[in-house]
Amino acid sequence: MAVTTVAGVGDVSLARRGHDVKGRLFHLLVVLSVVLAFVILAALVWDMIAGGESVLTERLWSFLTSGLNSDPELAGVWQGVKGTLQLSIIVVAVAFPLGIGSAIYIEEYASDSRLTRFISVNIRNLAGVPSIVFGLLGLAIFVQALGGVTGGRTVIAGGLTLSALVLPIVIITSQEALRAVPSGIRVGALALGATRWETTRHHVLPAALPGILTGNVLALARAAGEAAPLLLVGAVSGVFFVGAQGTLEQILHGRFTAMPMVIFSWARLPAGQGWNVLAAAASLVLLVLIFVMNGFAIWLRNRYEQRW
Amino acid sequence: MVGTTPLTVADLQGTARRMRRDKTMRVVFGATASVSIIVSLLIIVSLTREAASFITKVELGSLWDIGWFPRRGSFDLLTLFAGSLLVTGVAMVVAAPLGLGAAFYLSEYASPRLRRTLKPIIEVLAGIPSVVIGFFAISFITPDLLSRFLDDVSFFNLAAAGIGVGILTLPLIASVSEDAMRAVPASLREAAYGLGSRKATTCVRVVFPAAVSGIVAAFIIGISRAIGETMVVAIAAGATGGSLRNFTQIFDPGQTLTAAMAALGAGTDQVKGDDAAFQSLYFLGLLLFGVTLLLNVISARFVRRIRERY
Amino acid sequence: MRLSPDPSITTAALPARRQVNFGMMHPETRTKPEGGAPPSADEVIFDVVDLSVRYGGFTAVRDVALQINRRQITAMIGPSGCGKSTVLRCFNRMNDLIEIARVDGRILFHGVDLYDPAVDPVEVRRRIGMVFQKPNPFPKSIYDNVAFGPKVAGTRDKAELDDIVEQSLQKAALWDEVKDRIDDNAYGLSGGQQQRLCIARALAVDPEVLLMDEPCSALDPIATARIEDLMQQIKDEYTIVIVTHNMQQAARVSDRTAFFVTEVNEESDRRTGVLVEYDHTDVIFSNPSDERTEQYVTGRFG
Repeated sequence: MAVTTVAGVGDVSLARRGHDVKGRLFHLLVVLSVVLAFVILAALVWDMIAGGESVLTERLWSFLTSGLNSDPELAGVWQGVKGTLQLSIIVVAVAFPLGIGSAIYIEEYASDSRLTRFISVNIRNLAGVPSIVFGLLGLAIFVQALGGVTGGRTVIAGGLTLSALVLPIVIITSQEALRAVPSGIRVGALALGATRWETTRHHVLPAALPGILTGNVLALARAAGEAAPLLLVGAVSGVFFVGAQGTLEQILHGRFTAMPMVIFSWARLPAGQGWNVLAAAASLVLLVLIFVMNGFAIWLRNRYEQRW
Repeated sequence: MVGTTPLTVADLQGTARRMRRDKTMRVVFGATASVSIIVSLLIIVSLTREAASFITKVELGSLWDIGWFPRRGSFDLLTLFAGSLLVTGVAMVVAAPLGLGAAFYLSEYASPRLRRTLKPIIEVLAGIPSVVIGFFAISFITPDLLSRFLDDVSFFNLAAAGIGVGILTLPLIASVSEDAMRAVPASLREAAYGLGSRKATTCVRVVFPAAVSGIVAAFIIGISRAIGETMVVAIAAGATGGSLRNFTQIFDPGQTLTAAMAALGAGTDQVKGDDAAFQSLYFLGLLLFGVTLLLNVISARFVRRIRERY
Repeated sequence: MRLSPDPSITTAALPARRQVNFGMMHPETRTKPEGGAPPSADEVIFDVVDLSVRYGGFTAVRDVALQINRRQITAMIGPSGCGKSTVLRCFNRMNDLIEIARVDGRILFHGVDLYDPAVDPVEVRRRIGMVFQKPNPFPKSIYDNVAFGPKVAGTRDKAELDDIVEQSLQKAALWDEVKDRIDDNAYGLSGGQQQRLCIARALAVDPEVLLMDEPCSALDPIATARIEDLMQQIKDEYTIVIVTHNMQQAARVSDRTAFFVTEVNEESDRRTGVLVEYDHTDVIFSNPSDERTEQYVTGRFG
């Protein structure tokens, strides 16, 4: 380990220094950074509240339950909420099991071979790929190549695309949760004559579950805020669409939208006609949704975290 | 002399059902792990196939034309790169000092309790959807911030987009840098304090150099994130093609690699196109993928270096 | 959840009752002889032949040859790093869990080579149990800790499990202390109690052998004494092999003692463990054959 020399510290006099100017300045700068971060957050929230206030106070219910409409007085986020919910269900159904299963394989079953290391490196790289590239994946594969199965530009294609996006995050957080379980527990169970699966199922997985769930909910919150992949996969970004109603079949095979897309559409429309108010209000709805999810994840962690 | 109840190997074979179940689960989990590899493969395949088709269709000269107007056959890559660089630059100017400062504060100054309350709040910033930041850019940053203090700021401009991206990147830099700083052993700090150094000096002269690998990694990750950000630019910088050849046009509308992709993908009802305009989308995607992959691999090297030292 | 409240159950009264219950579990896996013919004191159940263990390129222990006798306590002593725990882990195939471990040689358990490819390590570990240096109870109730082994081995009947749990805890001299809080989390127990719980847990699957890897090194002297007493009590039914750093402990509890030491390889400068001497405990401690043994037990090194 290289030794960092502590040369040049200079403040060696024992006399109490009245004005440690440089030190005070640095402290100030550092505190300022944190304060600025908060100010930005506060400004953003305040701007959304101020911007969307009229809609939220005057017609909150109709705003939440109406669909897209060319008339800003009538438009609402309902289709966006619905779409985000549908997408979330698909992500939970697809990405969670695949991600947790992968994590279990890597942590509990796989030997330290080149293949295993390759899988880990691959996951880490995938985690850093920009979300719009996943949109391209969705377009080429889920919409186009698998169009017969997914129905083309449907919520299923969108959900699968988002699942691919969050899969690496789910795997990495689940891995960390599994690793936190002390090895003594595994060793103890195996020494009693349990198989690897029995050990994982009865002891490791239950112990790691709070951490796994926390990570998964955070990943879901991330998926809920994504727009770029959905843009490419064909989520509606227009002003008005009938939306798929009716049977489940029709819903799954029609066009779809989601909260971030709704905000995207409204944000680009001329502010004078009142679209900016709607965009701000919709932003607030989405922010609330995401904050609730994050809060839930943190609550999960604090309540059920095992201290070994 | 061996025991009175001789065993056979058969006695030491496990129950068939349990063994089968164990093997089955192993295969099941292995299959799930292979999905991640399949995803990567699919990304690479789908990008390269269409991008290759694009390259064969297009004269290479058009890649240097001025102005990004794909439908007219003008594929000005330099404009896009310039735009991406500008936005990323502005983003780093915002995110790097604030992120680093916040990291210093959380790691070196804040009490554990303060840290526990502050850190989640900074992470909340990371969770804000990019469309909301994009909207914030045109509803607040440009009108109330930039226009107020500067003249000649377009409604859609790259600087606002850059600031928005910076807001998104800030928590990332703060988080990774803070991890790097906390990985510095206490003994180094104590040595400095023991020599009479004060906190600020210790931070700058001891902690920072020791954590520098991690901090560099944080910056590279931040740059990679900034380059890949789409929606903020799509909303705030105006989805115009245009051309951007000198960096003083920071307060004008512009296009980045990612926003160009968004425009191409969204502005068409085609799902699959044989025309070069549509396929340029994949070409850009391949470029973006390559650049961010390279950056991430480099940053991973730096992260490994922190782990090796301590 | 009710366990049988019969206060007349003492450890001594258990064996006869236990035959019936455990026999129901897996008649084909019982290794104890039918009826009550007492085994000869010198009956060998483990025959170790030319055992060497490598971790990657590093040889941890080489050319070990010894035999473990039934229903006796065999101790393995020696300075740190001489491979005692490594050898112990071979007896129940726990070295399989270490990827770079390579085992050469044979360990015959009742004549069957434990490392035969057809042998299932899971079954081996049911018959040959292990207790570890640091107590490692599951983060579950005391009941669930003890019941886990029998459950995965196939016992489903609640009443049977209740019996097994109670008897195992009795044998581990823990029953009286926990009988009123059997559903409490095991993490609430003291270190010594947790270790006795781990012993009860290991006994619950009805093993023939109990391997103990420095079971008392994390415990205070009083807890240690209780476990040593426990070992003497259960010795009639189980073969025990114990690795210990504590020479006096080996002298106190064991019938036979194996003494290991590290030898430095001249060329590679690597240390490898070897078995120096293996004999009855009183011989090892009062009249050892090898000089190194004498130096160790008289405290002149190690």
